[in-house]
Amino acid sequence: MDWGAIFGNAAVELISPTTAAYALAALGLAVHFGYTGLLNFGQAGFMALGAYGYAISILTFGFPVWGAFLVGVGASVVFALILGIPTLRLRADYLAIVTIAAAEIVRLLFTTNTFASVTGSANGLSGYKNEFAALNPLADGTYGFGPFTNNAYDTWLRIVAWSIVIIAALLVWQIMRSPWGRVIKGIREDEDAVRALGKNVYAYKMQSLIFGGVLGTIAGMIFALPRAVVPSNYQTTLTFFIYAILLLGGAATVLGPIIGSMIFWVLLSFFSGFIARAVEAGWLPFMTGIQGGQLSFILVGAAIMAIVIFRPQGIFGNKKELAFVR
Amino acid sequence: MKSTLTAQRYVPRMLVILLLTLLAAFTMATFSVGSAQADEVGTEYDFTISGNVKFDGKPLDGVAVAVDGNSYKADTVTDADGKWSIGVPEKGTYKVTLDEETLPKGVIVAKGGNVINTEFGLTDRRSVNFFLGEGVRNTVSFFDQFVNRFFNGLNFGLLLALAAIGVSLIFGTTGLSNFAHAELITFGALMTLVFSVNLGLPIWLAILIAIALSGVFGYSLDAVLWKPLRRKGVAVIPLMIVSIGLSLALRYLYQYFFGGSTSQLPGAGMADLKFGPISLSPIDLASMGISIVVLLAVAYFLLRTRIGKATRAVSDNPSLASASGIDVDNVIRIVWVVGAALAGLSGVLWAYFRPGVSWDMGFQMLLLVFAAVTLGGLGTAFGALVGSLIVGLFVELSTLWLPSDMKIVGALVILILVLLFRPQGILGRKERIG
Repeated sequence: MDWGAIFGNAAVELISPTTAAYALAALGLAVHFGYTGLLNFGQAGFMALGAYGYAISILTFGFPVWGAFLVGVGASVVFALILGIPTLRLRADYLAIVTIAAAEIVRLLFTTNTFASVTGSANGLSGYKNEFAALNPLADGTYGFGPFTNNAYDTWLRIVAWSIVIIAALLVWQIMRSPWGRVIKGIREDEDAVRALGKNVYAYKMQSLIFGGVLGTIAGMIFALPRAVVPSNYQTTLTFFIYAILLLGGAATVLGPIIGSMIFWVLLSFFSGFIARAVEAGWLPFMTGIQGGQLSFILVGAAIMAIVIFRPQGIFGNKKELAFVR
Repeated sequence: MKSTLTAQRYVPRMLVILLLTLLAAFTMATFSVGSAQADEVGTEYDFTISGNVKFDGKPLDGVAVAVDGNSYKADTVTDADGKWSIGVPEKGTYKVTLDEETLPKGVIVAKGGNVINTEFGLTDRRSVNFFLGEGVRNTVSFFDQFVNRFFNGLNFGLLLALAAIGVSLIFGTTGLSNFAHAELITFGALMTLVFSVNLGLPIWLAILIAIALSGVFGYSLDAVLWKPLRRKGVAVIPLMIVSIGLSLALRYLYQYFFGGSTSQLPGAGMADLKFGPISLSPIDLASMGISIVVLLAVAYFLLRTRIGKATRAVSDNPSLASASGIDVDNVIRIVWVVGAALAGLSGVLWAYFRPGVSWDMGFQMLLLVFAAVTLGGLGTAFGALVGSLIVGLFVELSTLWLPSDMKIVGALVILILVLLFRPQGILGRKERIG
């Protein structure tokens, strides 16, 4: 049993760009769900728009990095408006159904063969990393220590990804302390009371949807940079994992999504590494390596149920601050 | 799901060969002059993309081929030997398109589609060949296709309704949007697979056992999970997230035990019967028949029986129902059993419709079920029926215009549009839902 490799691989996830991407997406969801009470089940759609918006802008239109970034953000603002206009006046579960449907529409549009020349259909897109790598100020070589040793590109990516996460977290923290944030939290607690104070609830909800969606979109770009953009990555399950992270950390918190993402990925990596090696070592004769991977997803599902039932405020949440809308 | 857009109906081989010979003779007679030499395009360039269009060993001439890429475009037609060649200015990736309209009748591009992306390697020549096969393109008239799709859509809509009624009743009585309903659907199909294929029972018995087990599954879910949570006073949205966790756990549990492959139930893929323009397999007919009978039975249950009336009462207003002496917990238990059993049956029919049983089959259908329930009006059983038929018909009929890998997109777009104009759904009561 190679415990060193298991712990090493798990530790890598602590600061991996994927962890940062999930943390940022969960932070966006915290704005939607934790602070505003919007049931957005389409975060995977926002992430897909970010990833594809960035990749297509660079590959098809030859945009610079900042242009591609703006295209992705613009696409997600439009997406949020399309989602919000029909549903934000309705009961919370309507938004849930519409967002989950819209995220699937986005994924299917990126999967279909009809637009294969631009989207690469089911094979997705790759080869858009050079523009980002060209901005790298670090000299070639390896950086870091122990399990955190990376080459220049990966180090650069981690620096950018986590800087964005930190900036976004500070932004969310400040915004939620501002008058705007108090109205948003008021909407979560009692929409009618806020309306009675003369606030335009619809507009506030829309702004919150756009803000959280843009965070999700930037997360999608970070998610796409260490790998290729493949449509099957953006299934509804992705949204559910982000919900698991958010609930784990605490829905109405700033640190919760970030620490939640670290815990989620470190545990998932540790667990799959452990099971895979335990199967190899013959400790679990009733199981194959593939089944070990599925076992971790079964546990994610069970964990979502357990958190909601036994600790709805998450690790960092405050029980006084309602963890859930009615 | 079942058939693709370009209704490829395979005709007897003899007929095709006969047709081909006739056509070949015809085209030879017309174009014998002038097409003897390969029609070369772009001979001034150093790099060439070429190919040979043949079917059954016979060259086809007069087939249009176009090359597009690196801001260069050219097209040509094949010569009498079926050869074509296009010069291109530089190495790179080019899109080669074969115009299917110019193929003789009865011949189609069988594999890989009529567009091929090709990239130059080390050499200056690149050869591109299309796989031709016999088949008929669009020979089915639009009306016949429409009728065919209509019946397919009806079949799909009916099996969708079986699942949707359960979702709607559960929503109506408990307020829960049950994401784990997808796994109840899969459960029915998986159990049928286990009892029919693995244990060798006759299929009708396997289906009955599967439905019964689905009902038991629904009962135990309510008893073990949902009833205690209701007692605890957990709100609707946490309940919904619990159902998402349950859905995830169950789905991967299925994959854990059954693997990621797709298996067929006995009798799947039976030959189609012809009714004029309509071609349906005996399974399709049985599926529709079973759905209609079961839906009528559910309607009778809801409208005529005491417990059915109680169910509608609870669905309408739980507190009022409780105050008038209805045992709400008992009604909810029955709703879970009936809803899960219906979902199980729906799963079996869905396994025949797709066709195939796989671990995530229910999840593939879940969004359409939600779309149907929302379209019809959340919480109304008959709304779910109407919504399902609309979604089913729309999904199948939209393939007449949309590529088949986008058919679900159409249904989901309709869902969003309906919410925009009639948020309470088609049969929903007009009330404030904001």
